[in-house]
Amino acid sequence: MDLIKPDFGLFVWQTVVTLILIFLLAKFAWRPILDSIKKREDSINDALDAAEKARLEMQNLKANNEKLLKEAREERDKMLKEAHSIKERMINEASTEAELKASKMISAAQEAIAQEKQAALNEIKQQVAELSIEIAEKVVKKELNSQENHMQLVDNMLADVKLN
Amino acid sequence: MMTTFKSFKFLIALAITLTAIPFNSLAKESNSEAEEQFNPTDMIMHHIGDAHGWHFLGSGDNSYTLPLPVILYTEDGVVSFMSSEFHHDIEGEVVVEKDGKRFVNYHETIYQLNAGEEKLSFGEDHYPNNATAPTDLSITKNVAAMFLTVIVMLIFFFSLARHHKKSDKAPKGLNNALEALVLFVRDDIAIPNIGKKKYMKFMPFLLTVFFFIWITNLLGLLPGAANVTGNISVTVALGLFTLILILINGNKDYWAHIFWMPGVPVPVKILLAPIELIGLFIKPIALMIRLFANITAGHIIILSLLGLIFILENVGVAGISVPFALFIMVLELLVAFLQAFIFTMLSALFIGVAVEEHEHH
Repeated sequence: MDLIKPDFGLFVWQTVVTLILIFLLAKFAWRPILDSIKKREDSINDALDAAEKARLEMQNLKANNEKLLKEAREERDKMLKEAHSIKERMINEASTEAELKASKMISAAQEAIAQEKQAALNEIKQQVAELSIEIAEKVVKKELNSQENHMQLVDNMLADVKLN
Repeated sequence: MMTTFKSFKFLIALAITLTAIPFNSLAKESNSEAEEQFNPTDMIMHHIGDAHGWHFLGSGDNSYTLPLPVILYTEDGVVSFMSSEFHHDIEGEVVVEKDGKRFVNYHETIYQLNAGEEKLSFGEDHYPNNATAPTDLSITKNVAAMFLTVIVMLIFFFSLARHHKKSDKAPKGLNNALEALVLFVRDDIAIPNIGKKKYMKFMPFLLTVFFFIWITNLLGLLPGAANVTGNISVTVALGLFTLILILINGNKDYWAHIFWMPGVPVPVKILLAPIELIGLFIKPIALMIRLFANITAGHIIILSLLGLIFILENVGVAGISVPFALFIMVLELLVAFLQAFIFTMLSALFIGVAVEEHEHH
């Protein structure tokens, strides 16, 4: 029965010792230990959060970079396309202009040729007329003795002239 | 695996061989008169019980015992002397005289002889009839062992606290192991049972009790050590702490659930109130008995196995007793931790129930 009969002295000592132990350890061990562990856990959590944030930022940055790159590429393509079309247009314009100029020049040349031809014809006509007058003078001077001859001559000459 | 099995077979073979050798006749002849009959109950009770001196070796006048202070609170004030003044006597034969009062140690209870009495005498009921037992506040073997645990704990945890005051980094070596256990108590005992909001208030109690029980259990397994946590007085004190914490911290909901269970018909409420009220006290009583019984049972099993050698008066029995006792000893290492865990865990659970915030439907 001694075994299960509580002993007052031991009970008192156990109570006192436990109370003192709880007080001492709580003040000088448990609080500092738990606080420091909590602080460490918080700092680890913060570090993990920061790492996660940095990772996300990196991802964002990368995505941004990719977007920028894509934009730049598009811009380049657009510029190239534009340049190409400008080139085409310029070539087209240049060729039409050249054609226009060429045709203008041709028409001017044709006109000039026509004018020159007209002028030459006119001169020839004048010279022919002068020559005819000279010939006529000579013929007139020689054939002026008869009316008949005169008339005949004129007729012949006219006929000749027409032939020419 | 094979080797252990072989060595185990070898041990059994050795035991059987040794049993065959008639050691017993030898032993009986040589000291049949000198030796008293071996009494296993006395031996076991002596080992698991408390004592006024810390006995290590030997018997009678040849024993090696650490004397401990005897502190008695008598009617005329405090009387104290060293336990060695009884000269290892527990039969009430050696009378110690102090301040005009006479004391005897009868089976580890200190009796003060009535005035004028010279010798302890017994009545019909085998209890001393000419002496009274004063309030005994001695530093007994268990109290001394308790102090040892306290010293170990203070050294361990002040060292851990010192580390934590210096740096926030994880400690190394023993401190790291201790910190892991502190975290175990916090994350696996306190927070799941009490909840994140309120656990901090109970951490000092839970941590102290957990480490006190565990370290005391382990120290109790050492040869010659005291059986502190296997003493009902110690577990009663520890259990009362849990009960008082429940009584102080129980909230309105908790008391309502005990005395006027919500959500059930009135007759059931009346029926439940006494059951719940008894339950309130049964919980810490279960804690007390569980710890006491588990630790004491472990000690009794080991002592019984070893006692077999002396009961059968045959050294060959050691071949079987010792491996079995060793097996139980290893089991006790586990039990030492397990009981500390269960005590702390159930305390946390009971406190958690008492402080739980209920959602009102």
